[in-house]
Amino acid sequence: MELERFELGATHYKESDLKEGKLLSLPWTPNLKYAWDNGVAIGRYLAELKEGRIIARKCNKCRRIMLPPRMFCEMCWRPTDEWVYVKDTGRVNTYSVCYVNWDASRIKKGEKPHLPAVIEIDGASPGMGILHLLGEVEPEDIKIGMWVRAVWKKPEEREGAITDILYFKPVRR
Amino acid sequence: MAYQRVAIVGAGITKFVRRAQETGKELAFQAAKMALDSCGLTMKDIECVSLGTAPDAFDGVHMKGEYLADGSGGWRKPYMRHFVGGGTGVFAPIHGWFHVASGMFDTCLVVCSEKMSSCHPHPQGAFKTIFDHTTEQPLNPTLIWIFALEMNRYMQTYGITKEEIALVSVKNKKNAMDHPSAQLPMEITVEDVLNSEVLAWPVNRLDISPASDGAAAIVLASEHVAKRITDKPVWIDGVGWNLDTAYWATRDLAYPRYVEKAARMAYEMAGIKEPQKEIEIAEPYDPFDYKELHHMEGLLLADRGKAVEMLLDGKTQRDGDRPMCPSGGALGVGNPIAATGLMKVIEIFLQLRGEAGKRQVPGNPRCGLAQAWGDLMQVGTVVVLRR
Amino acid sequence: MREKVAIAGVGYTAFTSVSPGVSYRELTYEAAVKAYEEAGVEPKDVDSFVCTSEDFLEGYSISDEYCNDQLGAVLKPVQTIPGDFMHSLAVGVMHILTGKFDIVVVQALSKASNMKTIPEMINFALDPVLNRPLDVTPYAVAGLEMNRFLEEGRATREQCAAVVVKNKANALLNPLAGYGASITVDHVLESEPVAEPVRLLDIAPYADGAVVMVLCSERVAPSLTDRPVWITGIGWSTDSPTLESRDWVDAVSVRLAGDMAYRMAGVKCPAKEVDLAEVNDEISFKELQHLEALRLFDEGAAGKATEDGKTSLEGTLPVNPSGGGLGVGHLFECSGAQKVLELVLQLRGEAGARQVAGAGVGVAQAWRGIPTTSAAVAVLCAD
Repeated sequence: MELERFELGATHYKESDLKEGKLLSLPWTPNLKYAWDNGVAIGRYLAELKEGRIIARKCNKCRRIMLPPRMFCEMCWRPTDEWVYVKDTGRVNTYSVCYVNWDASRIKKGEKPHLPAVIEIDGASPGMGILHLLGEVEPEDIKIGMWVRAVWKKPEEREGAITDILYFKPVRR
Repeated sequence: MAYQRVAIVGAGITKFVRRAQETGKELAFQAAKMALDSCGLTMKDIECVSLGTAPDAFDGVHMKGEYLADGSGGWRKPYMRHFVGGGTGVFAPIHGWFHVASGMFDTCLVVCSEKMSSCHPHPQGAFKTIFDHTTEQPLNPTLIWIFALEMNRYMQTYGITKEEIALVSVKNKKNAMDHPSAQLPMEITVEDVLNSEVLAWPVNRLDISPASDGAAAIVLASEHVAKRITDKPVWIDGVGWNLDTAYWATRDLAYPRYVEKAARMAYEMAGIKEPQKEIEIAEPYDPFDYKELHHMEGLLLADRGKAVEMLLDGKTQRDGDRPMCPSGGALGVGNPIAATGLMKVIEIFLQLRGEAGKRQVPGNPRCGLAQAWGDLMQVGTVVVLRR
Repeated sequence: MREKVAIAGVGYTAFTSVSPGVSYRELTYEAAVKAYEEAGVEPKDVDSFVCTSEDFLEGYSISDEYCNDQLGAVLKPVQTIPGDFMHSLAVGVMHILTGKFDIVVVQALSKASNMKTIPEMINFALDPVLNRPLDVTPYAVAGLEMNRFLEEGRATREQCAAVVVKNKANALLNPLAGYGASITVDHVLESEPVAEPVRLLDIAPYADGAVVMVLCSERVAPSLTDRPVWITGIGWSTDSPTLESRDWVDAVSVRLAGDMAYRMAGVKCPAKEVDLAEVNDEISFKELQHLEALRLFDEGAAGKATEDGKTSLEGTLPVNPSGGGLGVGHLFECSGAQKVLELVLQLRGEAGARQVAGAGVGVAQAWRGIPTTSAAVAVLCAD
């Protein structure tokens, strides 16, 4: 059965066909709202962020100090044992220089590109990274392996969210 | 206890297009009907139906599997949707395999349908909520971030350049010129890729597969039924799938160990000891160009960091020693997520039967593989096919 | 004779209206620990995992990403079913029947309390072009169906209310249930109208909870448990998804799924061979409709049987001894899990104050809820 012998389905249309009304369509914005229970581990993580600290959880079997914290060790399959404060410094595991927004629209003219990075936090086990942003740095100066430090919101502006850290900026070592 | 051997006996596919006038149901129907026609069956011959389709957020319908049921042929049948994110398309034949291999059914229609264009302004918006709602989404991530982060890490770890990776895009888009479903067949150069818009360095526009609408379907049958339907059954000899931790930022992004685990599971079942020798043709998942290389390594078809050498040597060209993505892949044929994976399975099916037309690779391959990947760079799905 | 599949361990949380102290991960972890403990297994012993999740219920796109860590299923074969737990159970059975897998874990979860716009979410499951713009509550779909069911003389309004009275009373005996109550038929009939004839007390209220089960092959069952519950039959089916062309009287998919499960289990006369049933009662009349589709009562007879107490705990065929959805709570994709769980406890003789005497063969049935026509049925037995 060669595909070429069949008349294949799917009829293409252009975005302009919608705008010009050649095809009818029905817009719909769903009203979906959630309020997630943070639970024990992430609840404490956020509470500590509000205080300007990063907290991790340790498993005494594999000895991993885990970020984000979790009440169970997914590798050893047992409850984790201790809360451990880690530093607000770390190293860039990898990064990107991003010119698009989450909905694929382009960032505004003159807006600086977004600088997402995986940052391995000092005090957590090697390889334990978190997703965050870089700041106070030009894209061409970023290097994998560079040291960075958290830049926090002012205490009165913190709300117990990952965004209580504004971004991570390079530091000398 | 031994399982029933399972064969693919028929296949169907629509064109892959950026925006289809058809609904998801209609696309599913077109592919399913073609699959049945291709092997001379009707819905009466089908005992159960398995649907693969990616996030509901694309179509804008909650419980999308229910919505697509009639278009997929699920009416009054044992009908079930399965889901492993972007890995769904290659998981589809695996899920169908359970149905038949278990002895519960002798025939199964496997359908993958994807209508991404319903999501406005752009289907990429549907991916924001794949990130952790508390620790990641407040940072306004885009899907491309994770690819860019992974690609950068991969390049850094093995010293691979963007120029080298761009060759994958050039190859696949060219291969797609011979695929009748293709959305983005083109002859381009490495320079074209490098000069295309930078979306999230190191990812440029031509490094990425497009958003697409489309559907694909296959018919599975147990050994004794398959032999009555066709004299060219293609056997599902190995299946494997594997999911890594959702704490993705804590993983080694340079190597997809979950793909390796899935591949080893499939190879063990198929009795494959030396994949580099025994797998003659493959369709690794290529939503981004570097992923083809990344996946070849995870599949053990290339040593770590060495897939790029096979690419540079021309071995992965359609007329090379180890053709990769002879269909044109997601980069060339298009990427209606679940349908893409099944398109890859269909390509291997056709290649092993010698029915791939202008895309036919030389050497009458006997054993091939299709693979998909998804979630938060987390899941690998692999099928090994033999004629 | 096909090989049987055993349920070797069950783990579960209580089913509660809210669960603010724990995240969805922590809730699942509790259920998983208990299930593994009971079967004496660790995640490394498990050959595959089948999770149940539906994106918009979890609030994630690609929600299957977040299902494995709390099961200890990292770098394991894990797949997700966007269906009811009982669909996942069917997948687990198929895995084992291939002979390639001996131990399979099946999971489902409800964090309904975290969804703040549930009616809008259910509405989002309606046909986007033909139905949604009419802007009526999705419970109207249940109202349309119940009205036709009553009009056909299949039950009276009072008989439907008697289902609610029975199930909420059963739930008072179930320490896991969140919505037990001692009420009368009049309470139901006088409750707030939602989509007539459906009233507020006809509708199962939402609940949170998690269930994990360990399935295994007949071959390894003796090494995992000395009190296996066997899945001897399983079936699933889907009728028309469109409101315009569906059967408004009978639950066709339940009939087809039930017949498939009975065929596999070798059950020839369900009404005689089945000792107890846990059926979907998300809306009161659905229990009656489902019992008839499952051939446990003749057409039009289930309502009378309920009024006569035949489906009560002491009746000839106890139905929803757990309290059902009306008494335990509507758990979305975890609903079928609560049904299977109750049968496991009953068949092992561990159901405490609500124990059904002589429970040997049970039927569990799930329906995916408004506006779907998807159902699954399992036949379970004790030895």
